Amino acid sequence: MSASGFATRLIALTRKETRQMLRDRSNLIVGLLLPVVLILLFGYGLSFDVKDARVTVVLEDSSPTARNAVAGMRGSPYLAPAWATSMAEAEQMIRAGQTDAILRVPGDFSRRLAAGDAQLQLLLNGVDSNTAATIEGYVSGALAIPAQQQADRAGNKPSGVASVVVVQRMWFNEAGESTWYLVPGLVVLVMTLIGAFLTSLLVAREWERGTLESLFVTPVRPLELVLAKLAPYIVIGAIDLAMCLLAARYLFDVPMRGSLWVIILASLLYLMVSLGLGLFISATTRNQFAASQMALLTSFMPAMMLSGFVFDLRNVPVVIQVVSKVLPATHFMGLIKTLFMAGDYWPDILRDCAILALYAVVLIAATRRSLKKKLD
Amino acid sequence: MNGAEITVSVEALRKTFEAPDGGAVAAVDGISMTVRAGELTALVGPDGAGKTTLMRMIAGLLKIDAGSLRVLGLDVAADPQSVQDRISYMPQRFGLYEDLSVQENLDLYADLHGVPQQERRDRFARMLEMTDMARFTERPAGKLSGGMKQKLGLACTLVRSPDLLLLDEPSVGVDPLSRRDLWKIVQQLVDEEHLSVIVSTAYMDEAERCAQVFVMNRGRLLAEGAPETLRTRAQGLTFTATPSEGMPARELQARLIDAPDRIIDAVPSGGSVRFIRQPETDDARLRDLLHDAPIEPRPEELEDAFMMLLRQEEAEVATALTDQPASEPASAQADQDKPVIVVRDLVRKFGDFTAVASTSFDVARGEIFGLLGPNGAGKTTTFRMLCGLLPATSGHLEVAGLNLRTARAAARGRIGYVSQKFALYGNLSVRENLEFFGGAYGLRGKRLKTRVAASLEQFGLDPSAQSGILPAGYKQRLAMATGLIHQPDILFLDEPTSGIDPLARRAFWRTITALAGGGVTIIITTHFMEEAEYCDRIAIQDAGRVLALGTPRDVRQQAGDAGVMDMNSAFIAIVEQGRAKHDAKEAAA
Amino acid sequence: MQRAIDYLARTLALIRKELLALLKDPSSRTLLFAPAVLQALLFGYGATYDLTHVPYAVLDQSRGAASTDLLARLDGTGVFKRVATLTTSSQIAEMIDGGDALLVIGIPSDFEARLASGRQAPLQVILDGRNSSTAGSASGYVSSIVASYNQSLGNTSSITVVRRAWFNPNLESRWNMMPALIASLSMLQTLLLAALSVAREREQGTFDQLLVTPFTPLQILIGKALPSILLGLVQSTIIFLIILFWFQIPMNGSVWLLYLGLFMFTVAAVGIGLSISAVSLTMQQAMLYTFILVMPLMLLSGLLTPVRNMPAILQLATYVNPLRFGIDLVRRVYLEGAGFGDVAFDFVPLLIVAALTLPLAAWLFRHRLN
Repeated sequence: MSASGFATRLIALTRKETRQMLRDRSNLIVGLLLPVVLILLFGYGLSFDVKDARVTVVLEDSSPTARNAVAGMRGSPYLAPAWATSMAEAEQMIRAGQTDAILRVPGDFSRRLAAGDAQLQLLLNGVDSNTAATIEGYVSGALAIPAQQQADRAGNKPSGVASVVVVQRMWFNEAGESTWYLVPGLVVLVMTLIGAFLTSLLVAREWERGTLESLFVTPVRPLELVLAKLAPYIVIGAIDLAMCLLAARYLFDVPMRGSLWVIILASLLYLMVSLGLGLFISATTRNQFAASQMALLTSFMPAMMLSGFVFDLRNVPVVIQVVSKVLPATHFMGLIKTLFMAGDYWPDILRDCAILALYAVVLIAATRRSLKKKLD
Repeated sequence: MNGAEITVSVEALRKTFEAPDGGAVAAVDGISMTVRAGELTALVGPDGAGKTTLMRMIAGLLKIDAGSLRVLGLDVAADPQSVQDRISYMPQRFGLYEDLSVQENLDLYADLHGVPQQERRDRFARMLEMTDMARFTERPAGKLSGGMKQKLGLACTLVRSPDLLLLDEPSVGVDPLSRRDLWKIVQQLVDEEHLSVIVSTAYMDEAERCAQVFVMNRGRLLAEGAPETLRTRAQGLTFTATPSEGMPARELQARLIDAPDRIIDAVPSGGSVRFIRQPETDDARLRDLLHDAPIEPRPEELEDAFMMLLRQEEAEVATALTDQPASEPASAQADQDKPVIVVRDLVRKFGDFTAVASTSFDVARGEIFGLLGPNGAGKTTTFRMLCGLLPATSGHLEVAGLNLRTARAAARGRIGYVSQKFALYGNLSVRENLEFFGGAYGLRGKRLKTRVAASLEQFGLDPSAQSGILPAGYKQRLAMATGLIHQPDILFLDEPTSGIDPLARRAFWRTITALAGGGVTIIITTHFMEEAEYCDRIAIQDAGRVLALGTPRDVRQQAGDAGVMDMNSAFIAIVEQGRAKHDAKEAAA
Repeated sequence: MQRAIDYLARTLALIRKELLALLKDPSSRTLLFAPAVLQALLFGYGATYDLTHVPYAVLDQSRGAASTDLLARLDGTGVFKRVATLTTSSQIAEMIDGGDALLVIGIPSDFEARLASGRQAPLQVILDGRNSSTAGSASGYVSSIVASYNQSLGNTSSITVVRRAWFNPNLESRWNMMPALIASLSMLQTLLLAALSVAREREQGTFDQLLVTPFTPLQILIGKALPSILLGLVQSTIIFLIILFWFQIPMNGSVWLLYLGLFMFTVAAVGIGLSISAVSLTMQQAMLYTFILVMPLMLLSGLLTPVRNMPAILQLATYVNPLRFGIDLVRRVYLEGAGFGDVAFDFVPLLIVAALTLPLAAWLFRHRLN
């Protein structure tokens, strides 16, 4: 078959797919509107950064010494301290969900401070363990402020007591803002979404409506069918990518330290993988309901939960790590975070892009095979 | 071209599928046949004969289990693509892209077949003219009526002149007018371009047009030959009986078809009954059956031969549906003469489109009332309003003295409804479906059990079979059984016989006539015009208006030369007269 | 009385049919329950914020006893794993960029000397901030080890903070995550199940068949809602049992209250699902609407990040999200052992959502025209 036949048919099929995509409003809702909603929700809605943590201070010792010891609480930008008169009252507040933590200054605080072994009690609501741990850090930081000030007042001279001071620098994300790593992860989720929700229905729909049977008995080749189905969704994916990048840059002020063209290239590569996976599921299940369920279970949920998006893969058991390594999303997730925050780190770029390219080729070839123009 | 005169040659072809129970079913069981080029060839046979499987194998869409299959001189199994490059295939449900317009669908297929631009313009113009669709090129295919879709499907397969055209039941669910148009196109191409066509069909009048007919049953070939030769099997056995004055033809027909020892087949037609007698039976026994109805020999037709062939095959003739009244309507009507259904000036609009325009009619108790009309004429809309599924825009509507849409739920308990497509729960078993609908109508305990058992027996159904994978004829029986489980006063049937073979249709109508005899009122729509002969009265609708209303005989007379015409021609004549009158009025206004 | 029995019997016939249709073939049974089990296990292990493995590198330019002692304490935690010992500061970038180490500890050459002379000795910690949560936790961990090291130097701070965490003594994030899954995992499928229930019948034409029978809209509503609710509760129970017996997270509250909450939550979810279903003409539409809705519901529920960290306007939006209250309810009953009085407020939005969506769905059954 001549190359011109291939080109004519490919163009005709692509035109058909594009028209179908544009006429089905639900496609555009999922393809363009949902990403916008996700960008806004992820950018603004998801945050691990605890602000105004509610800590109730119970002063059982109301001496100036005790007051001074917890004075730092007021100064912390992360804490919103409240005051309670009795432990019973404060415990009731924690139970009612009105406060996140209780800082108790025991009645014998001043006396024991003089003796050199004073204790403060911090009572946390452990239900939200992550917030609890963060609050604990904030509180100990705040409590250190008066001591620090005292030390400063004493002058910056050798105190006579040796101590190690941690001087910490967080690379790539100096302020430790969670938005910075959630937004690059969003690129992964949006690219996955198009594959999972849009392309997973494409071939199954044609099986269900019987349109493939008519199409098969024409000079059409399976590869032409696959390529034509991918084409319009690559455009949608590219638009989504542009929206994500613009939002990251201008709405959320996330740095983009890697080269833009590498980010775009890697994202398009992953887009191919995601679309290919969707098409493959669609072509093999031949049923829209099963296809969307499969896509949800095999691509979207894992991309959200197991790709290192929010949950660090270093912390999970080996079995889960193996599962996550099988997911293409995991490789892209690592790569895109590096590209956004760290910059062009070529060994990673080359390795992950090679893996993604391999996935793309294998999936598209597999889809082509599953459309081998037979009904049985 | 090699193979000179032969386009398809089949040798001991076999194809088996896995049956639901895990065993193997041979859909095509050792068929050998030769199809000549340049002419029309028909595949006929009941449901499950293997027609579609054979078609799909010729199109290279199914693997071949055994035997050989050469199409256009090429081995299909070895090189399906080369065959697919040269043939055109229209599956039972042609895969039109419903969100693309008529023109876009045509363009797509023209591009795929690589039709050059200059050729394309002439071809499209001709196709659009022949299908009478030039006005609708911008309309999305999904918004076309069933008949138009089918015509567009044919146009798409014929964007170029193929070396072989395969048509799989092209006229299922298509009204007589569209059916006539479809065949005009095919015939013209055969005449002018010497197109080779293989068509599978359930309509014997369509098979009659073909040069060669293959009769299939259960994956095997029963007979083959030109229609004229096949027809002779029924020679000397075909007669017409005229019932006595005042007796509906269907009553005589019922009596005849219930005597399979003497009668092979009987159908009402033009007020009389056409039948085939058993060759062995003697005249005296036949006269016993006919009473004093005068009979006259008539020329045999292909359908007669077909029915004979199948009756011989079917060991157990479908006698399951005996004439015991299937249902004794519970409510004794105080006023027997009062119409059960009253429709006055019924109108339904969708936006500014009028689907049903000012329609009025009555249906009496125990009547079989047929609602006929081309695809998109408003039959289904009328039907849905009667059942209470759709509110009327205006007008008066009464079913059993109530408007079902606003009536209390209990009122709906008195009607039964069998919808157009199989609308029962496919993954439930036959028994589960019956039990559910029985329960829905308030049957329970012992009463439910006896009703379900009675229905299973009456319709010859296997209670444990999964409903979704029953053969079409059995699905239809199950749908009937569920519609009748609560012994309704009124039964609504929307195109119940669409896509069902002649044998199953005979059995179906026998049940219907028995029900009507028991006092059940029947409202039915159909595309098989000869089935209108079973009705007491029919209404013909087009473009939302009622064009004709009366007994089949009245309607035939309204169409023109009384009694000469068959129902099919009468229908076409009435619709065309109606359209001409309407167009004239439009022009005058 | 007879009428009531009749009414009930017919409704039961519908419920029985729905359950049969859903559970008849083994493949759909698998599709209903296997994902719940699989996801509960996967997420139980995978969805954790707890540091268990921190690879780090050391650039020790002091090489003294003090630095060795400090590093030994780090290694002794079992969490910190030294993956490399660097010799020059130029190697730091490579370690961090490649993700081989989460943090690099730099010990200056005068470390030993400054400590010996009783001065403050800086310890440099460079963290990979690509996941700032993990980095933050690791940094906190290092600080606490350094603090205890300082104590061993005899440098006892005069004030010690004694921490005690209620309801989750070790502050394990799994304890926080898993009870939330009881509500969220089952919601995903309950919603879809309900959303498809009517849409499937519409698409297959059986809904008309149902509408011509004497069923009232209320009966159809009950017949459609109850099976979905039931299956939703069964799924919740499966996840609940996995959490209780496999992950052994202790349950502090009343099982009755937990199930009362789950029931109310599932009713609200089914109400939303049925409304989607009644609006949709095809299964595809129903699925699409469901997914579009599920995403914001999940994100704005407090499953991944606390609702309190969200901007005020989004916090307001969460009030119409049944999942937010479902998760809150389950977490508090399960972990805190909250009583009815403590969580009564959570029931209010759930009741309101159910009271709006269920009648809407019932009305739409007959009034959705096609």
